[in-house]
Amino acid sequence: MMSLWNALPGAVSQGLIWGIMAIGVYLTYRILDIADLTVDGSLCTGGAVCIMMMLGGCNVWLAMFAALLAGMATGLATGFLHTFMGIPAILAGILTQLGLYSINLKTMGKANQAINVDKFDLLVSLRFTKNVPFYKNTILIVALLIIVLIVFLYWFFGTELGCSLRATGCNDKMARAQGINTDLSRVLGLMISNGLVALSGALLTQYQGFADINMGRGAIVIGLAAVIIGEAVFGRIFHNFGFRLLGVALGSIIYYLVLQFVIWLGIDTDLLKLLSAVVVAIFLAIPTWKSRYFSKPVRKGGSTVRVSKDNPRSVGKKEERADA
Amino acid sequence: MLEVKNISKTFNPGTVNEKQALRDLSLTLADGDFVTVIGGNGAGKSTLLNAIAGTWQVDEGKIIIDGMDVTKLSEYKRAAFLGRVFQDPMNGTAATMGIEENLALALRRGHRRTLKQGIANSERKLYRDLLAKLNLGLENRLTSKVGLLSGGQRQALTLLMATLEKPKLLLLDEHTAALDPKTAAKVLETTETIVNQDHLTTLMITHNMKDAIQIGNRLIMMNEGQIIYDVSGEEKKRLKVEDLLHKFAEASGGAFANDRMMLAK
Repeated sequence: MMSLWNALPGAVSQGLIWGIMAIGVYLTYRILDIADLTVDGSLCTGGAVCIMMMLGGCNVWLAMFAALLAGMATGLATGFLHTFMGIPAILAGILTQLGLYSINLKTMGKANQAINVDKFDLLVSLRFTKNVPFYKNTILIVALLIIVLIVFLYWFFGTELGCSLRATGCNDKMARAQGINTDLSRVLGLMISNGLVALSGALLTQYQGFADINMGRGAIVIGLAAVIIGEAVFGRIFHNFGFRLLGVALGSIIYYLVLQFVIWLGIDTDLLKLLSAVVVAIFLAIPTWKSRYFSKPVRKGGSTVRVSKDNPRSVGKKEERADA
Repeated sequence: MLEVKNISKTFNPGTVNEKQALRDLSLTLADGDFVTVIGGNGAGKSTLLNAIAGTWQVDEGKIIIDGMDVTKLSEYKRAAFLGRVFQDPMNGTAATMGIEENLALALRRGHRRTLKQGIANSERKLYRDLLAKLNLGLENRLTSKVGLLSGGQRQALTLLMATLEKPKLLLLDEHTAALDPKTAAKVLETTETIVNQDHLTTLMITHNMKDAIQIGNRLIMMNEGQIIYDVSGEEKKRLKVEDLLHKFAEASGGAFANDRMMLAK
């Protein structure tokens, strides 16, 4: 029991750091209605850029800012493939992700780069989760960072430009009819999302003390898990857009707490990714199952039809989407 | 106001599904014209509206709105000149956004979207007044999600959005077809009120021949991607549904109007 208790601060810190990534996933998945697989690559890009700059003697904030910009560039690449070249979003993301593998390797020079917390002035670290002055505590710092990001995103998605992004994701036909450049909206959304993901990667690298070429593998699944958990747990109480983003970050914490618990139970850690995939798959299936097996049949025009708005794919998903 | 010059459009060229939807079609609308468009299934009515709106590029011909050649302009750029209402009530609004947010998006049609607040406080009074005129009780539900509204309410709202920033041309693509008769009548009434008060140049597709005759100052009938009948003024007012059916049978070489047109008789 004690070991579980001791592992908690670590789980919370990791949850918070991945929470930033999950917020990025939320923006593309829920607001733009794109499943963006770029994140598996851009997470590592953020980590690679951050660690190489810091090893080169750069200030931690500057390194993180550079990671953010690098992440936005990856989003730009996917957006370009998707809009200008007309490649389906999911494939565009996969292509960028694959390309990023090489770029990340070249950035780091090898598959793994370590950074020593004693020699470099890191913002967050495994070591800063307990027995440090409160202002150095990783949980506090990342929590503050998340709040700043949420406030920024809340503001942005309330602006004219932000509203046009939301309209694009909700109904792009309507958006174009209202004079919105939907291609630009998508590219912009992908850039913001991947910028956040890379920032999360930069923090994760500092936290674990190394960047690894495989650190982003399956990141999209963790992101989706956090989004789904956040919505399942807080969906009914959080209606405001800002709070929904907070719900996603909290969902990420819950994910890591559960993970920690499962590890503590002694499950073979090799199976963890399989477990995550199965759990996320089931949660993603719920809206479809709900409409297929649990919708109320109603009489309409003499024949029995099932209630389902829009097309089946979007049932229960679009209707619950963000508001600001 | 609108000049459509010799436009043609073929879908899926070179395949078994090849379909010439518009054939060398020309149409000129004067300022303030309210034109109703009728025709059978696949006559090219919606295709004509989509060509004007820029959903895709035409193969040949020119489209000029208010003296400006928009043939090569993308859909979202042309939107600055156009107000559009679609047949499906789901298409015209953003369901997950509030009523006022939808209106605010529409108010900015044709303007650059900046980092200013998406809805200025001063706009809300305007929205409330305009919604009150619709008589649907929406004026007190500014922040309600549009997804919660009925089809008729959504069409009325879309109509308001299409005309909020006065368009040079209003395109209505069977915008009452998906509504029940009572709601359809109401939306149509609202349409006439708005068009008359703002003196809007309008193209309205309808499958209801009675409406087509009663509403507007000009009527065109389409068949196989061409305009086969164009009537306006007094002559249009004297038209009867039977005349149109006859005209249609004549032009299409005996093949009769589609079921909906028959039912609308």
